[in-house]
Amino acid sequence: MPDQTALQQATSEPIIIISELEKWFGEFHVLKAISLTVKKGERVVICGPSGSGKSTLIRCINRLETHQKGKITVDGVELTDNLKNIDHVRREVGMLFQNFNLFPHLTVLENCTMSPVWIRKVPLAEATKLAQNYLERVKIPELADKYPPQISGGQQQRVAIARCLCMSPKIMLFDEPTSALDPEMIKEVLDVMVDLAESGMTMICVTHEMGFARTVADRIIFMDGGEIVEENDPETFFHHPKTDRAELFLGQILSHGFDD
Amino acid sequence: MHEHTVTKKWNPLPDQPPPVRDFGLSGWLRKNLFSSVGNTLLTFIGITIVWLTVPPFIQWAVINAAWLGDSRSACDHLLEGEKAGACWIFIKVRLGMFMYGFYPDPERWRINFSLFLLALGGLPILTTSLLSENSGRAMYLVAGTVICIFFFGPIPGSVAALFLAGPFLLSLIPLTGKIPLRAWDWIFLFAVYPVIAWFLFVGDIFGLPYVDTHQWGGMFLTLVIAGIGIATSLPIGILLALGRRDSMPVIKTLCICFIELIRGVPLISVLFMASVMLPLLLPEGTHFDKLLRALIGVALFYAAYMAEVVRGGLAAIPKGQYEAAQALGWGYWKMMGLIILPQALRLVIPGIVNTFLGLFKDTTLVAVIGLMDMLGIVKAALADTEWLGFPKEAYIFAALTYWVFCFSMSRYSMSLEKRFQVNRR
Ligand SMILES: Nc1ncnc2c1ncn2[C@@H]1O[C@H](COP(=O)(O)OP(=O)(O)OP(=O)(O)O)[C@@H](O)[C@H]1O
Ligand SMILES: [Mg+2]
Repeated sequence: MPDQTALQQATSEPIIIISELEKWFGEFHVLKAISLTVKKGERVVICGPSGSGKSTLIRCINRLETHQKGKITVDGVELTDNLKNIDHVRREVGMLFQNFNLFPHLTVLENCTMSPVWIRKVPLAEATKLAQNYLERVKIPELADKYPPQISGGQQQRVAIARCLCMSPKIMLFDEPTSALDPEMIKEVLDVMVDLAESGMTMICVTHEMGFARTVADRIIFMDGGEIVEENDPETFFHHPKTDRAELFLGQILSHGFDD
Repeated sequence: MHEHTVTKKWNPLPDQPPPVRDFGLSGWLRKNLFSSVGNTLLTFIGITIVWLTVPPFIQWAVINAAWLGDSRSACDHLLEGEKAGACWIFIKVRLGMFMYGFYPDPERWRINFSLFLLALGGLPILTTSLLSENSGRAMYLVAGTVICIFFFGPIPGSVAALFLAGPFLLSLIPLTGKIPLRAWDWIFLFAVYPVIAWFLFVGDIFGLPYVDTHQWGGMFLTLVIAGIGIATSLPIGILLALGRRDSMPVIKTLCICFIELIRGVPLISVLFMASVMLPLLLPEGTHFDKLLRALIGVALFYAAYMAEVVRGGLAAIPKGQYEAAQALGWGYWKMMGLIILPQALRLVIPGIVNTFLGLFKDTTLVAVIGLMDMLGIVKAALADTEWLGFPKEAYIFAALTYWVFCFSMSRYSMSLEKRFQVNRR
């Protein structure tokens, strides 16, 4: 197991504060009384069975979903209908999706430079340099002129990471970033994510990659039925889960090829 | 010494050239024309039809036809009998009218010049990279100006020079250079060119004689209506399509009502309404040009169709594209303009061009409110007592002219599709 101390310790300053969050899809109560505080530099992994509301929760953090009750504060700004607040929060928060969602009509490089140029008003030359830098960091500088449909899934997800980083976010949200990938490609994406974690990025990550969770997570959050059932450090969570629900879940997910 | 390696090193097999697909001429014939009894029969039927129709047509249209001369008498012997042939002299004599309508002869250069200007301004947009380099653009500028001076004289030449240099200069100086050359090209085409063209067409300024719109006609009028219709129906259609998908119920309902209302009636009745009803709604005495009414009618009618085509494209864009853009901080209009619409429009290029072709041909319907478009003029020319008896020539000429325009539009759309194919999923 990699050296835990290599990871920078999270500060005590909270950057995301969620309190008593409630959300419904029509009649369906998806999120129930969610309270969660994430500190600057902290790496949180959210896991839980399908349909438990993990995606919905992290999508609330950058307002891709609206909540009906409770309060979400990101970087000191409360998320309300106020467009200015939403704008501010989206600037600070980057998000990775299961299906990458690269813009297929733009080259890899343009995918990375478009947002800084048009949203942050960075001069094109500067944005290009920045983008090349990040493409280097995710180890695919040679793909800059390709179009997304021409490259593999793992490469696409790494471009998506570079695209996010070009906006220099303070927080990154990951919604099952590797679950649409072949096993061979999962590692190349996870490597980049570990690298990100080591640089001190605040990360909230929905994933079923328990090896990754153990390596980088400061905290594991286990959700079921729209609630946070258990919240623990990885060691305790994997070896001595407090709830039987978490134990059952771990039993199911770890029985496939994950050995201690 | 013995080798003890257990595993054999794996070497990929060398690539082989693909099989040659050469059956020769007889092979091709056998495969494509005579592969079965049915096919052989069809081949012979096809040959018979071609044999029965093409040679007589060529005999009539080319061999027996009258090409030279400019009087009716040269065609008298062609009307019937063994030696029946086409009288292309009729077309030649009336060509000016077919092209320019009743636009006064000495002023027709103004139309030619503005069309030339349109071609000059449009070419850098239609071609991709050729003219985006500074040196290439400078050469283009000089060449265009010289040609203009040669054909139209020094004053039009300098207008052309200014028009061509405008976007180029604006993209070079620091203050306006933030907007790239390509964007300036579009701005000039949509904002500056219409003004120049309008003053050229109508005149009554800078010493150009006034030409009233009721003198406009022929291919010129067709191009004016189709051009303005195409240039306005797409943007309006895009706005309608966005409105129809909007979350605000008022906007959405308005757009749906407009689209469904317009799509539910024939263009002829829209033209009638624009021609009869609009003046009623306006305060008495306001002069409201008949051509303008037709233009509004055509633009709105086709905007409704365009809206549905664009909506189809928008519906094909996955939700993830919106989410990714929003997560990166894109606002609505920028996201639509730079992320969503470029993808959606590329998907529906065939539909858009199809609508454009429909629009182009439907300009013939403006005849019902008394405008003389190309086909209208052709019909009027047939009634000329001096040239009675040549409807075939006239209609073939009209059809051919429309076909040339439509076919080039269709080819251009295919080249566009090909260019954008690389980033299709
Ligand atoms: N837009 C929506 N409208 C209605 N119901 C929704 C919507 N989005 C999600 N749901 C429902 O909300 C519940 C939680 O969905 P969510 O996507 O957050 O689950 P998840 O924990 O991410 O699951 P998975 O592991 O499968 O991604 C599910 O039952 C889902 O069917
Ligand atoms: Mg999910």
